[in-house]
Amino acid sequence: MRITQGTFSYLPDFTDEEIKAQVQYCLDNGWPIAIEFTDDPHPRNVYWTMWGLPLFDMKDAEAVMEEVRACRDMYSNYYIRVTGYDRSLGRQTTALSFIINRPEEEPGFRLSRTEGADRQIRYTLSSYSTDKPAGRRY
Amino acid sequence: MIDIDVAFKEAKIQQFLDELDQELIGLETVKTRIKEIAALLLIARLREEQNIVTERPTLHMSFTGKPGTGKTTVAIRMAQILHHLGYVRRGHVVVATRDDLVGQYVGHTAPKTKDVIKRAMGGVLFIDEAYYLYRPENERDYGQEAIEMLLQAMENKRDDMVVILAGYKDRMDTFFQANPGFHSRIGHHLHFADYSLEELMAIAELMVQQQTYHFDPTSRQAFWEYLQHRMQQPHFSNARSVRNALDRIKLRQANRLVKQGGQVTPDELTRIDEADIRQSRVFRGGLDEEPAKMAAVGVNQV
Ligand SMILES: Nc1ncnc2c1ncn2[C@@H]1O[C@H](COP(=O)(O)OP(=O)(O)OP(=O)(O)O)[C@@H](O)[C@H]1O
Ligand SMILES: [Mg+2]
Repeated sequence: MRITQGTFSYLPDFTDEEIKAQVQYCLDNGWPIAIEFTDDPHPRNVYWTMWGLPLFDMKDAEAVMEEVRACRDMYSNYYIRVTGYDRSLGRQTTALSFIINRPEEEPGFRLSRTEGADRQIRYTLSSYSTDKPAGRRY
Repeated sequence: MIDIDVAFKEAKIQQFLDELDQELIGLETVKTRIKEIAALLLIARLREEQNIVTERPTLHMSFTGKPGTGKTTVAIRMAQILHHLGYVRRGHVVVATRDDLVGQYVGHTAPKTKDVIKRAMGGVLFIDEAYYLYRPENERDYGQEAIEMLLQAMENKRDDMVVILAGYKDRMDTFFQANPGFHSRIGHHLHFADYSLEELMAIAELMVQQQTYHFDPTSRQAFWEYLQHRMQQPHFSNARSVRNALDRIKLRQANRLVKQGGQVTPDELTRIDEADIRQSRVFRGGLDEEPAKMAAVGVNQV
């Protein structure tokens, strides 16, 4: 199951050229870029691991692309996303975030139903891949 | 056939060169070199348009000269021109000194230098007083690590940035002797000569005009004499000394007007009087104080 989250999630995966253009758009807006990766793609997992530090004060997307490539070499079978953070007062949030790398196989999620009192049903999602310990999932 | 005149005009090179001429007094050799580089880049572009194989020229540079001779100012203009002619993608300048590049402990230098290089990508990396990177007396000095990373970046990231090393001439020469790698990677060595008295006066006129003040004939003469004295004194730093002197003169002028009170005309608000200049200690063999210090003790005592 192809995971979609963040901006552009319904578009086909970006080429490097397209990633670079989006990164440059962020930089032109003054949004520092951070690169994050994870092997736990649950939609509620907001704590992805950061690749190095956020890239402050960059002017040119090529500087970011070097890190994108380095991260992808190291974690080629992980989900990797690029985020642009808008620190301006009143916004102070992620302005844009999109997935730039994904594992070859994405087994998707299991939907579990728990029946409670009064025939009430609670639903929960869990990723098949997180059955395995971190680092051995994909 | 390709019309070079048209290409030259379209690239708005002349406009940049004219601006440079208006903004910077003197510096003829530097301006000539900038003109030559602009021509080189223009031809490179025309060749590319004709699909003639063209190697990207190496534009790493070294700027040597005493303080206040305009090295930083020219570096900023250079970045704009290189950007305009499509040689660098962004055209910003990142200024770095030893402190920005060299770390305090093992493993600290590489990330620092790497970060500076990344920030400079797409623009110009200006390394002021580059010779401080090299400390021959300490063979474990972390500066060596920064030097090696810079050398590598100058080679591998030639498409991404231009490195300009700046500093005093004699110390830069020693630095290049000890680090031949730099010397061979630098395509252009520009020397910024000290300004003559006439040039300093012209710089002063330009600055005064930019700040909408003006000299009258007596104050012009007084400033000329001020410069003659000041040039002989220690810590003279060319155009920067002129700028600092004007800052102090503006301070004295303002205080004179406030003390005088009553009605003032617009002319008085913009005019620098002889007295504003002659109060300076420089005329009595002393050094001018820093403007901040002067404000604290009050102008009268200075
Ligand atoms: N030729 C010139 N015409 C007009 N103004 C000038 C000229 N050269 C320098 N200046 C002015 O003098 C000041 C100092 O110049 P700048 O900072 O470029 O010197 P620098 O060579 O980088 O000095 P340092 O070696 O101390 O860093 C600036 O305010 C600049 O605008
Ligand atoms: Mg300088």
